[in-house]
Amino acid sequence: MTAHAPTADAAHGHAEHHELGFLRTYVFSTDHKMIGKQFLFLSLFMMIIGGGLALMMRWQLAWPETQIPGTRWIPEPLMYDGFMPPEFYNAAVTMHATIMVFFVVMPLLVGCFGNFLIPLMIGAGDMAFPLLNMLSFWVSVPAGIMMLSSFMVEGGAAAAGWTSYAPLSTVPNYSGVYMGQNFWAMSLIVLGVSSLMGSINYITTVINMRAPGLTWFRLPLVIWALFITAILLLLALPVLTAGLAMMLFDRMAGTAFFLPEGGGEPLLWQHVFWFFGHPEVYIMILPAMGIASEIMPVFARKPIFGYHAMAFSIMAIAFLGWIVWGHHMFQSGMNFTLGTSFMITTMVIAVPSAIKTFNWLGTIWGGNIRFTVPMLFSLGFVALFVIGGLSGIYMANTPIDIFIHDTYFIVAHIHYVLFGGSIMAMFGAVTYWFPKMFGRMMNPVLGQIHFWGTFIFYNLGFFPMHILGIGGHMRRIYNPTQYEFLEPMQWWNVFITQSILIMAAFQLVFVVNFFWSLFAGTKAERNPWKANTLEWDAPTPPPHGNFLTPPVVYRGPYEYSSPEVPEDYLPQSRKLAGATGGAH
Amino acid sequence: MLDWWLPENVSTYGADIDSLFHLIYWITMITWVGVQVVMIAFLVMYRHRDGRRATYTHGNTTLEIVWTIIPTLIVVWLGIQSVETWNKIKIDLPESDYHIQVTAKQFNWEMLYPGPDGEFETDDDKMIENDLRVPVDTPIRLRLTSRDVIHSFFVPQLRLKQDMLPGRTIEAWFQATKPGRYEIPCAELCGFGHSGMLGHLTVYTPEEYDAWRQEQWAGAVWPANDATRKARREEGPHDGARTNG
Repeated sequence: MTAHAPTADAAHGHAEHHELGFLRTYVFSTDHKMIGKQFLFLSLFMMIIGGGLALMMRWQLAWPETQIPGTRWIPEPLMYDGFMPPEFYNAAVTMHATIMVFFVVMPLLVGCFGNFLIPLMIGAGDMAFPLLNMLSFWVSVPAGIMMLSSFMVEGGAAAAGWTSYAPLSTVPNYSGVYMGQNFWAMSLIVLGVSSLMGSINYITTVINMRAPGLTWFRLPLVIWALFITAILLLLALPVLTAGLAMMLFDRMAGTAFFLPEGGGEPLLWQHVFWFFGHPEVYIMILPAMGIASEIMPVFARKPIFGYHAMAFSIMAIAFLGWIVWGHHMFQSGMNFTLGTSFMITTMVIAVPSAIKTFNWLGTIWGGNIRFTVPMLFSLGFVALFVIGGLSGIYMANTPIDIFIHDTYFIVAHIHYVLFGGSIMAMFGAVTYWFPKMFGRMMNPVLGQIHFWGTFIFYNLGFFPMHILGIGGHMRRIYNPTQYEFLEPMQWWNVFITQSILIMAAFQLVFVVNFFWSLFAGTKAERNPWKANTLEWDAPTPPPHGNFLTPPVVYRGPYEYSSPEVPEDYLPQSRKLAGATGGAH
Repeated sequence: MLDWWLPENVSTYGADIDSLFHLIYWITMITWVGVQVVMIAFLVMYRHRDGRRATYTHGNTTLEIVWTIIPTLIVVWLGIQSVETWNKIKIDLPESDYHIQVTAKQFNWEMLYPGPDGEFETDDDKMIENDLRVPVDTPIRLRLTSRDVIHSFFVPQLRLKQDMLPGRTIEAWFQATKPGRYEIPCAELCGFGHSGMLGHLTVYTPEEYDAWRQEQWAGAVWPANDATRKARREEGPHDGARTNG
């Protein structure tokens, strides 16, 4: 790929071969591991902004229209001396979700771990298209800058919700947001390009570059999950891009795709958005499921229970994910008979999730469980994902959805899946692969404090949102005290906000642990967790090209406590005397 | 426990929704407690102890089949249980003598009453903002539409929610079972004034309703019974009798 080296290298092009310059090593790197780390830092930075917006909203909901501490620096007309106007509240609602979905969970699970893990776990030296990989990161940076800068344009940032339902989102005068919504749409189009480049790369790499002997059903489940996720990305994002293009045309070129006055149809946006949006939900949870399936066998010292059922249920979820989008639209005015069809498909998609849960339980059954920090987060993932999965059944049920649609019940549900699910798995994954990424261990004591603080106050903060929803508390309202029927429940809003503020404080423990361990953590050995998969064969941290000798695979990834060896693990690449298998 | 938090139900079909809610509540609660108890039990029983070795197993096909089929049967059964209620609320709308057109706009509800002649777009129509008044124990039909963005008509105590779209009219109905005054919040983000977009539903006893009607349409002669309107309806379909089917 040096022939296509970026121009930044031309200045000191003669210094290449062994010693890549600073720019080529840390900035415009084509090494999948560095790109993975870049995505990690990008998304952790964006998480601080997305989280900050959430805390401001929570303050407003608990103590409406009071001064929010620490926000007096935010200039007018966004905030007024620390007081939040409804316009900014709506922008915060929109940008919190947009940032968390597109700039935190996706780049973390897909960008960071997809990049870091795929070549290492399939025994490849790098991605199939390293330059495309570098571009995929560097295209996401301007997308992020565009998204954040929309706060500073006249009219403020997009404020029609992350779902941006037309015509609120397409007629500037309805929302009072002008360039902000255009920035939002353009940023997501650019980010879509980044995701497409990543997904093409992942799919090609997994299909073509697996080590000798690494057959499809010897793949680690996290690779299965990332592979299927990449296919979902490839198919779903162009649909969003098409919808965003129509939105921009409606806003800037006078078309009327979504405007009834011009012969358009507001529901078209919802169909397009959710046809992308539901696979998107699985894009954000499948890698987390893969991560949990990877970590749990290691610390239970036991093979994953039902490998094939796990792999096939990932495929089933990915397939069914395309035919359930209408469950977001039961109350939208979409044909009501169609609602029944979508209810049935949505009910059925609960089954593969149930299968996965039972298999995780099967994995810890009869194990020899070590409660390390990655294991705690994976167990936390399973415990909370179950709640998110079960609460989904309420909304899948069309009659119940009449009542709980657009209430805090859905807010509780999405946060159980995306925070309790994806973010918990992410913390587990960072702790688990940190030694391979940075060559040092994270501090287990700080990790335990972070886990328990997060787990306890997360539940105190988010579980009561189900109760608010059952009470009829609408989502996306600026001031709940404007409604008499919500009066008796306002104390829950206070309680939720207090819990979430404490949970947020516990995240500082993670930040401290992360940076302290980066520079001063215990040096990690090659395989500190005594795990089987190929990434632990590579030196720590792996050099450019990853493996000193190309690995050959002799068995599946979860041979823990196998009777064939005295130790309780048996790496995929270890050749046993008289072993069958090997290269096919 | 569900009943602690659910708002009081004052509609005929609300009880059907609440009973499904309870059914799913119990199914999911039992599943949830079951999974968490098993998980905690396994974590305690199979915690690391020196010298122990984990059971070497890759799974069990019978178990996989069992825990695939049982959840499938439960969720499909649940789905089928729900169809009737859904149809009753959203598709098979009952005939009604009381039609009201609700037009949402940023950030108010326009309630349009057809007046004594029972027809919209006639001189005796009357529009009152944010104020919906209906008699108790009678099916009420609503024609929902919007002037600008998408809004959502929500009365928690009626268990009724329906989005309102610009450019189309959606029919909804309810039958209140208890006189009283209830809030009508907007449930779909509709702009900076979304929070606080609020109307009120007043459910009257028949006598109170007649008195209010006489006061609003002073001197008007209302059909003594519903025969006139039924006869008119049989002449052919008109706007107010459309259904969502």
